[in-house]
Amino acid sequence: MTIAKPGPTPVPLTEPFWAAARRGELLLQRCRSCGHHQHYPRMLCTRCWCRELDWVPSAGKGRVWTFTVVHRPGHPAWSDDVPYALAIVELDEGPRLLTNVVGLDPADVTVGLPVVARFTEHGDSTIVQFGPEYS
Amino acid sequence: MSLRGAAAVVGAAETPPRRTTPGMTTLDMIASTAALAVADAGMEPAEIDGLLVGPQVGETPQHVPATVAEYLGLAPTYADLVDLGGATGAGMVWRAAAAIAAGMCDTALCVLGNVRTDVVPRSSNRNPIREFDVPYGGSGANQAYAMVATRHCAEFGTTPEQLALVPVFERDNARLNPDAVFHGKPITVDDVLASPLVVSPLRLLEVVMPCGGGAAVVVTSPARARRAPHRPVWLRGAGEKVTHRALSQAPELTTSPLAAAIGDAYAMASAGPDDLDLLSLYDCYSIMLAVTLEDAGLCKKGEVGPWLADQDFSHTGNLPCNPHGGQLACGQADLAGGMAHVVEAVRQLRGTAGERQVRDPGLALVTGNGATMSEEVALVLEAAA
Repeated sequence: MTIAKPGPTPVPLTEPFWAAARRGELLLQRCRSCGHHQHYPRMLCTRCWCRELDWVPSAGKGRVWTFTVVHRPGHPAWSDDVPYALAIVELDEGPRLLTNVVGLDPADVTVGLPVVARFTEHGDSTIVQFGPEYS
Repeated sequence: MSLRGAAAVVGAAETPPRRTTPGMTTLDMIASTAALAVADAGMEPAEIDGLLVGPQVGETPQHVPATVAEYLGLAPTYADLVDLGGATGAGMVWRAAAAIAAGMCDTALCVLGNVRTDVVPRSSNRNPIREFDVPYGGSGANQAYAMVATRHCAEFGTTPEQLALVPVFERDNARLNPDAVFHGKPITVDDVLASPLVVSPLRLLEVVMPCGGGAAVVVTSPARARRAPHRPVWLRGAGEKVTHRALSQAPELTTSPLAAAIGDAYAMASAGPDDLDLLSLYDCYSIMLAVTLEDAGLCKKGEVGPWLADQDFSHTGNLPCNPHGGQLACGQADLAGGMAHVVEAVRQLRGTAGERQVRDPGLALVTGNGATMSEEVALVLEAAA
């Protein structure tokens, strides 16, 4: 029996992020007061605590801040996926997010690699993964 | 107000980590470990009027201090839950001292324990990590520390061969600790590099082994400490820093928030890296100990890789570090794993470490680290004059 991969667990505040992902769009929050971009979505700006936050589209471009190639996953549902690249991507707008780098051999992922967002179906949801710019 | 000299550790005990702990509950483990620590302090249970405990995944989700107090027959005037992952033990020590200094209690028992069977309960989160990390296959601690290691290697040229020296020296130190899970099982750099990749670049022998066990200390007032059977071990400095939970939210990857916590502990202690006779540093992974050595100012940022090979971390070396073998050689009894670093420092500073006794240590640095290099506590402990 295969174990289902747990998907995103949206709450009212974060639902627009996941709805946008389904449309192929990566949304960030931008603070109306100080202009700070942030991810994941929150009730207030982590820089100035302003509660006026707008959803803005990210260009979806960034670089691999760091990564690991997982050989023994922390969750059994990923057992058949090894080895896979888990990475933190730093978007050009500033925020960082945990994701997968796909579309190339995990052994070829490097720190600093330019990547672009790609949107992948994951059960009933869509998750935001990244691939190399050239693909 | 400073906590320097505000309290002393007069009792310390461990139930050594073991891979499984058949038939025991968490409360059993806490109680048996607590009894050892209070006996070590030469005290009666009735003298304990402060109680600090940790979270218990699966067994007692709420009301933990009351549950433990009731089980032990204690009626503390200060009862608290400290929830800082691997930094919980060190975090308890300064909190106990603060409560004592504030007059809320005179003698605090700080106790952590866990049990382990073949079935490990998964905690059920409904938080940002569950929503934004788990769907990418990003569960557990291993991947986070691997990503710290990747970045350190990329930024500074640190190599897996250099990081492998960490578990090698800790296994070597554990030769003198019969309680260590890996006592009498020395390893070489080649062994580390030949062990299976878990999460690149970390291999199995660089990853702590989860165990069950317990660790506890008794912290008391200066007046009471002077009547204790063992030489008191004084709190001389403390620092704490918590910056994030998910690694993606960390301010940086190659410097830990420990740098700030250690800096604060040094400042309170009026001490620095050159004054330390003993290091008892949190070591869930090779990379964590390496980053900590840099953040403690023992070597320059980014230079720990080549620097490691020139150090002798044994109890007779130039820089005694984790003479008990650390968690990489002893096993990690969940939160008690962090407290074990406090226990080892106490044993060393009062001169009861037996075969692995460091010669006349005066000052020790103890670190605790939790979650994804995000919950950090540093203590400077001092031997009684």
